[in-house]
Amino acid sequence: MILQADGLRKFYGEFCALDGVSLGVDAGEFVSIIGPNGAGKSTLINILTGITKPSAGSVRFKGREVGGIGPVRLARLGMARSFQLVQVFPDLTVLETLQAAGVARLGRGARLFASLAGDREVQEAALEVAELFGLADQRHMPARQLPQGDKKLLDVASAFALRPEIILLDEPTSGVSTADKTAVMETLVAASRRIGLRAIIQVEHDMDIVFAYSDRIIALHQGKVLADAAPAAIQADQRVIDTVIGRKAGAH
Amino acid sequence: MKGGLVVVAATAAVAVAPLVASTYHVLLMLPFMAYAVVLLGLNLLFGYAGLVSFGHALFVGIGAYTGAFLTSHGKIRSLEVILVAAAALGALVAVPVAALCVRYVKIYFGMLTLAFGMVFYTFVLKFYRLTGGDEGTPFLRPSLLGRSLDAMPKIDYLVGPYYYYSLAVLILAALGMWRIVHSPFGLCLKTIRDNPVKAETLGIGVTRYRFFAFVISAIYAAVGGALLGPPTGNVDPTLAYWTHSGNLVFMTLLGGFASFFGPVVGAFVFIYLQNWVMSIVPYWRLIFGAMLAVIVILAPEGLMGLVTRRRPAPASRA
Repeated sequence: MILQADGLRKFYGEFCALDGVSLGVDAGEFVSIIGPNGAGKSTLINILTGITKPSAGSVRFKGREVGGIGPVRLARLGMARSFQLVQVFPDLTVLETLQAAGVARLGRGARLFASLAGDREVQEAALEVAELFGLADQRHMPARQLPQGDKKLLDVASAFALRPEIILLDEPTSGVSTADKTAVMETLVAASRRIGLRAIIQVEHDMDIVFAYSDRIIALHQGKVLADAAPAAIQADQRVIDTVIGRKAGAH
Repeated sequence: MKGGLVVVAATAAVAVAPLVASTYHVLLMLPFMAYAVVLLGLNLLFGYAGLVSFGHALFVGIGAYTGAFLTSHGKIRSLEVILVAAAALGALVAVPVAALCVRYVKIYFGMLTLAFGMVFYTFVLKFYRLTGGDEGTPFLRPSLLGRSLDAMPKIDYLVGPYYYYSLAVLILAALGMWRIVHSPFGLCLKTIRDNPVKAETLGIGVTRYRFFAFVISAIYAAVGGALLGPPTGNVDPTLAYWTHSGNLVFMTLLGGFASFFGPVVGAFVFIYLQNWVMSIVPYWRLIFGAMLAVIVILAPEGLMGLVTRRRPAPASRA
């Protein structure tokens, strides 16, 4: 198991957002987390990526307890994420954004007087990721000027630029037109092979995408794991169809 | 490249100013150069890390009082020693102040820096023996590069050796800051300014970078503060008063915090405008207040924003 969560609980006051969630992700897996709004998906992702501290339970990444250690240290350990609501650096160009990830990955942020432009390793790595995600033509454009779809790609690309072992994607295709969703996913899969990613976890609402790419699907409902199985078994699970898939059809 | 030519031309103009301009105007260049050093540092925090300090007069005061104390009480006249001591003391005081302040952002950060500034001001005012209270402490004429220049008439000293010494310090400070903002460190600061949540998920520790930016800015402020002393020959508590911190922020906004040289331009325009307006009407703060309002509303990127119309192009050649 590269990532393992046991008995995760999260309370917001009286409200129980997660009620004893356990899951594991193996090397080589592409796992999708699905569930209706309010099922606890975002809370779960935020706990797994260290942004939120669980009220109870543990998260182990590569055998090491990481619950609540924070996103900075998790990123250094080899876990990256992208956001549902796209997160970019508005005034930084595509290339600068990817360079920042490279600087962080190589631990060169303390180089106060070194020339960034002269750091060939960082420069080349950034360009490589930009090309991988089809952003090379816009590389000198500030992120705020990018079209929405490219902002989303840049958010994901900067996570990939960390060359993590595992990546958590919070709705990687939200805000992307239906026609472009498959292209985005193909880019993701190709990029993950290229950088040697060991596992992908995604939260996704588009069931076509979920069933097409997942090795395993975890369905959440009311803060609990409703089902955790291969796509074929999930598709046949009446409870999942009733609570998740049925409701989702046409909703997004 | 065009920008580079402008910078070289401007530097050359400053270098020949003592040969062509009136003594009055040349003397005004001295506080300009000192403030330019202060603001280059302040803008690392303001423009590049996105934190507005209303307390940097504290560090200007530390620099100026370090020089005054060393020359008056310590019998140390070497400006090199004074600048190094000012930088070291500025950093020393900045460490605890920064450690606390950078945990907060926006108005809370601003208010905390303001509070520290006020504490320091009161300290300066009340510790009469150390600081001379509201009368201040004399800043005796420092020696430059080991050469005592006490025999020179004061004006000759200021428009001659001291002028070029200040210019050299400013050039070195600008070169150093240019490297810092174009370094990997500088890039990380910009990510934090733009989106701290995203920066953290890339493994960039927000408070650590803010801390170092704060300390560096304090060092610059202290060095600039020490340069402010010799032209007047006296250091008094108004240097550390909070309205002085406000002036620093004003200068930065006036020139434009989004541009590397914006604050330098801001310092220049502020100094000359202040002198000009003061010579015409006694209510210069009224005029300046109105100007500040106009700048914030009509030209939020300051004077440099009017010239460049956009953020400076990043120095990447990939």
